[in-house]
Amino acid sequence: MAASSSWAFTPEDSAAIADVLERLLAASNTRCALLVDRSGQLVATAGEPMDFDPTAFATLTAADFSANDQLARLVGEREFGTLVHQGEKESMVLADVARRVILVALFDQRTTLGLVRLKLKDSVVDLTRLFDVIFSRSADVGVGRPSILSGAHDEIDELFS
Amino acid sequence: MSMINYASREINCKIVYYGPGLGGKTTNLEHVYAKTKPDTRGKLISLATETERTLFFDFLPVDLGTIRGFKTRFHLYTVPGQVYYNASRKLILKGVDGLVFVADSQVERMEANQESMQNLYDNMSEYGYDITKLPFVLQYNKRDLPNAASVQQLQEALNPGWEVHETARQRLTPDPDHPNENLVEQVSTGEWVERVPYFEGVAVTGDGVFDTLKAVSKLVLKTLA
Repeated sequence: MAASSSWAFTPEDSAAIADVLERLLAASNTRCALLVDRSGQLVATAGEPMDFDPTAFATLTAADFSANDQLARLVGEREFGTLVHQGEKESMVLADVARRVILVALFDQRTTLGLVRLKLKDSVVDLTRLFDVIFSRSADVGVGRPSILSGAHDEIDELFS
Repeated sequence: MSMINYASREINCKIVYYGPGLGGKTTNLEHVYAKTKPDTRGKLISLATETERTLFFDFLPVDLGTIRGFKTRFHLYTVPGQVYYNASRKLILKGVDGLVFVADSQVERMEANQESMQNLYDNMSEYGYDITKLPFVLQYNKRDLPNAASVQQLQEALNPGWEVHETARQRLTPDPDHPNENLVEQVSTGEWVERVPYFEGVAVTGDGVFDTLKAVSKLVLKTLA
């Protein structure tokens, strides 16, 4: 396959994703939640405003997860489906969603690791269902809805002239 | 794998700079960072060793303009060039939309270039990606050095072309950046071959850096058009 397949999500997908993330925040008292795709692109965020660069955060998250995936294989595991990074004040839990996306929950002393992990499991189930639909639709995009840039060759040429 | 967000009206694409160690991949990104307006680029992230050799990757997000109301955002990555970092190098290729191979023009680095190119082919193939179908450009860097090999030597070693089997694509395609040269042509033995676009560069002064970036970005967007 060519590597350059693309996937897309609609405003309705974004709303459904936001709904899952908001429910996670409310149930676990998590500070904020992020969704990152495995190639390092930020998909969605929810919760308190972040005082860091979310794009850089997304890239490092994907790299972290990929590196740990390889470590898992080295020790004979198929994957480490959940990662925990615990700091003095801020901590985070990262969980795989449908092998394509990573859910990150950032939390502080207002909650506990146990509660966040527990509630994260429900969110992973909900998100897996959502992303299965999004990815199967994106796989059909070639035969279904045309790409947003269909026929935009001249505009692309102009952009780079 | 490009990602289209209809809610925020953004197209996100991933471009990876590949090549041998000390070839100038990080320098390419540093130049792009230095010459783009702060409101069109993000932070330059470098996961490097204490001696500033890339350990995992460098990363720079840049916005290259808007098409049909969608902001085109490119995530530029470099890989660590040193041979023994292959595990992390391979991880960076995951989901790649476009490739830039930064070759070191110095004659002494010819073997390192070829080894890195072979490693790129191997890693792409392990992911099941077809490199011949992916936007791919070559940059011959360090053209200012006295010991630089000729472009012809570099082309023969690194860009000999792959055979074109589909008859629809077997047509003479001139290289828009090099007069009297072709990207697709029939060779003397009768086969049709396709070479990837190439650019000469001196990354430390910025020569060729944006030509390379523009070329690969354009190819990536055209795959979506």
